[in-house]
Amino acid sequence: MIETFAALAEPNRFRIVELLRAGPRPVNEIGDRLRLNQPHVSKHLRILKQAGLVDVEPRAQQRLYQLRAQPLRELHEWLERYRELWDERFAQLDELIAELKNKETSDGRKRRK
Amino acid sequence: MAARDGSDVMPMNQTTMELRGDREIVITRTFNGPAQIVFDAWTKPELVKRWWAPKTRRVGVVDCDADVRPGGYYRYVLRLENGHTFAFSGAYHEVTPPTRLVYTQIYEPTAAGAKPDDPAVIITVTFDERDGKTHLVSRSLCPSKDVRDAIIASGMEHGMRETMDLLDELVASLR
Repeated sequence: MIETFAALAEPNRFRIVELLRAGPRPVNEIGDRLRLNQPHVSKHLRILKQAGLVDVEPRAQQRLYQLRAQPLRELHEWLERYRELWDERFAQLDELIAELKNKETSDGRKRRK
Repeated sequence: MAARDGSDVMPMNQTTMELRGDREIVITRTFNGPAQIVFDAWTKPELVKRWWAPKTRRVGVVDCDADVRPGGYYRYVLRLENGHTFAFSGAYHEVTPPTRLVYTQIYEPTAAGAKPDDPAVIITVTFDERDGKTHLVSRSLCPSKDVRDAIIASGMEHGMRETMDLLDELVASLR
């Protein structure tokens, strides 16, 4: 998981992943689209590949890079659990706020100093 | 008025979470109440006790102290059903009711007290009231990416603890 994070933390790699969401692409096209030179793109793709985020698929004369969904799904689930923790807290806070609001109204002291 | 019991009769305000850069976690949520109430609920110990521990995760706030003023300290001690205690503590840097709070937070995995070189997260919370509702934004700036990732992993840790508890029960019932 940490590896997925580290791979995505670099802004250009994040852009590559975003681009590949639309479908597999060869290195030169990724470079063109993101205005990065090929050695850079290759370096980033190598790191993404090590993190299991992309796969290479040879097609005709080209090597196409495509996203692998699994690590992204795992990352999403990982983040989602933390969000849910706060969501649960906030649902409890909602109840408390509703209660405090009612109390203020019934006490008739809306403006507290 | 209909009871707000968390059932899906009334649409819930959405909690969003976003990672910014390497070290930041940003959480947002809107609450159906004025900023003063949300601010109080966020800071007053007797109120914090009532919402801070997610009930479904079988954890309770057993001790809660907060001296809510710049330089003041706070400490929340939580206990899991299996008896394990842990704590969060820190100091307030900025206290501007009911709009803004800045404080540090240190995680004490065994509630043994914070040590001077423990990594502190800096949390900035803003409360923006509009039409009787309050939009809350909480930004946690971590000292490093590792600390940030560990905090996020804690969400999973709680989930895992729950699974372990269930497993314990299952094992006991099979005995």
